[in-house]
Amino acid sequence: MRAARPGAGDPAQRRADERLAATGVLRRLLVKPELGALIGAVVVFAFFAVQSQAFRSARGVANWMDPASTLGIMAVAVALLMIGGHFDLSAGVMTGTTALTVAVVAVEFRQNIWVAIAAALVVALVIGFVNGWLVTRTGLPSFIITLGTFLMLQGLNLGLTKLFTGTVSVAGIGQAPGFGAAEWVFASKVSIAGAEFRIAVLWWVLFTALATWVLLRTRFGNWIFATGGDDVAARNVGVPARRTTIALFMTTATAAWFVGTTLAVRLTSVQANTGIGQELIYIVAAVIGGCLLTGGFGSAVGASLGALIFGMTQLGIPYLRWEADWFYFFLGAMLLLAVLANRLVRRYAEAARR
Amino acid sequence: MPAPRRLLALVLAAPLLLASCTTDSSDERDAGSDTGGDTQDLSFAVITHGSAGDAFWDVVQNGAVAAGEELGIEVDYQSDGDPQRQAQLIDAAVNQDVDGIVVSMANPDALQDSIEAAVEAGIPVVTINSGGDRSAEFGAIGHVGQDETIAGLGAGRELATAGAGNVLCVLHEAGNIGLEQRCSGASEGLGSDVRAVQVDINDLQGAQSTITSQLQSDPSIDAVLTLNSAVAAVAVAAAGDAGSEALVATFDLNSDVISGIQDGDIAFAVDQQQYEQGYLPIVMLKLYAENLNTVGGGQPVLTGPGIVDADNVDEIADLASAGTR
Repeated sequence: MRAARPGAGDPAQRRADERLAATGVLRRLLVKPELGALIGAVVVFAFFAVQSQAFRSARGVANWMDPASTLGIMAVAVALLMIGGHFDLSAGVMTGTTALTVAVVAVEFRQNIWVAIAAALVVALVIGFVNGWLVTRTGLPSFIITLGTFLMLQGLNLGLTKLFTGTVSVAGIGQAPGFGAAEWVFASKVSIAGAEFRIAVLWWVLFTALATWVLLRTRFGNWIFATGGDDVAARNVGVPARRTTIALFMTTATAAWFVGTTLAVRLTSVQANTGIGQELIYIVAAVIGGCLLTGGFGSAVGASLGALIFGMTQLGIPYLRWEADWFYFFLGAMLLLAVLANRLVRRYAEAARR
Repeated sequence: MPAPRRLLALVLAAPLLLASCTTDSSDERDAGSDTGGDTQDLSFAVITHGSAGDAFWDVVQNGAVAAGEELGIEVDYQSDGDPQRQAQLIDAAVNQDVDGIVVSMANPDALQDSIEAAVEAGIPVVTINSGGDRSAEFGAIGHVGQDETIAGLGAGRELATAGAGNVLCVLHEAGNIGLEQRCSGASEGLGSDVRAVQVDINDLQGAQSTITSQLQSDPSIDAVLTLNSAVAAVAVAAAGDAGSEALVATFDLNSDVISGIQDGDIAFAVDQQQYEQGYLPIVMLKLYAENLNTVGGGQPVLTGPGIVDADNVDEIADLASAGTR
């Protein structure tokens, strides 16, 4: 481009440049991992919006953005980890662990809610570190390591909750000192166009932007792609692959802490089985968003779009007043369609590039 | 690459085509509920915490649907065992401007915001099943259910009469306060503490193994009290596996429990007649919509406990197989 600049005054030359630039943009767009998810989200939205006025109203949007937001925060962190080449099956149950920690410390130990939230962050960071450390130390698949953590946490959640409270849920978080401020940060509502949006939606957008910036604009982002692409090759060129992996597990744990705290503060009571099974949904959202199961490829925006598709489907079905029994079938079909479309778009893009 | 492109177009177009096919009917329905007055075209949403495929909640749904059909009301049934998602379903119903909402309150704290928002939006709410003590506080016009402590008390007394002393109480939904109340009520009725054990309603095979292990590790357990009919069947099998003579009693009916009582494998069932928990709220909401009537006078309308044992099981058997008991 720089070499062409002396000739920029010549109109014919400029047109040629513009054509080149336009092709470049198209190409770059088509190889973006999130394109399939974007198309999927548009199709899913159109599908429900055409049929239900309430679904496309501002209040409806606020409604289905809500499940998408907490899922999206987790999906973005899980996507980073997947791009880095690993899974975290303990991510779902960890939202329960952190929520229960907040609840038990605030209610049973009668601490200020912020002390409880800080304690939960420490718990999350320790779990994340242990996950990452075990994976890098042993070289075992993260699938196995985090499956172990998942089961252990599931047991701890139930066992410790019963030990501390004598029952299977902790209630009364709303009475903890400092609750008002915590509610403002984690569970307040923002009124836009006559609809009450949960603050989690804002956090979700911020976290997506932050993760995208880290991935595409920072050295750490390069390390993530490199580690996920080829661990050994990355280390040979000086990427601290171990530290990157551990940091990614701790990022996932931090996201779980944020979502768990949101749950605890919003619901003011937490069940011991919170979050179990959600880890697969996070991974599915990341995969819809273009993350490869083998690592090294994917995007944070894509994972957020995957979460959006989930939120729309989850509440779209009740909006259409369909028999709820079909929810999972419909969801599964949506996922297959989205992933299939994703793959076709990418193949087409790769063919176009040649 | 023509083939993939054609396939891609098909994949993307299919949902849209599907959407255009079904647009007409739902638009009519939307228009109907918008223009409908107070006395016609009522549309109610029933939102429970039952997990999909739970036999107990199928009967509740049957009751609600039957009442809707008989009264000419559109009844929409949704359920999600996760309290946050249940709250989101309530929000969705409010956005659709339904004329009434029926909600089961296994976890009242988690639903408080959404129920209060519905009441604030002018939508009458009837709570069912658990949570009767918080119902009025949230602004519901009534509650239909069984008082869990009273029901547990009844079960405990019944067990004591049958000669049981060391009772295992099997919880099948983590975090359901109502189930905890049943076990503590049973302790009260029995006169000694029951031992609680947690299983998962979605993993009955695992539940059976858990109960077996409890019976094996403590042969002095002489009764198992399950809180769900599906768990009762596996408790009978577990007692067989463990070679235990413990008698099995349960909350709620299904065809297995009926035949279990007929065969003498199950001592009795505490029946909360959940069909009424589906049926009555629809009637209550209709009466409220058309005539501003309320039922119960601020007190819960109790649907149980009724005890089903060898004396009356035969009369109820046919009804249970029809999905109404």
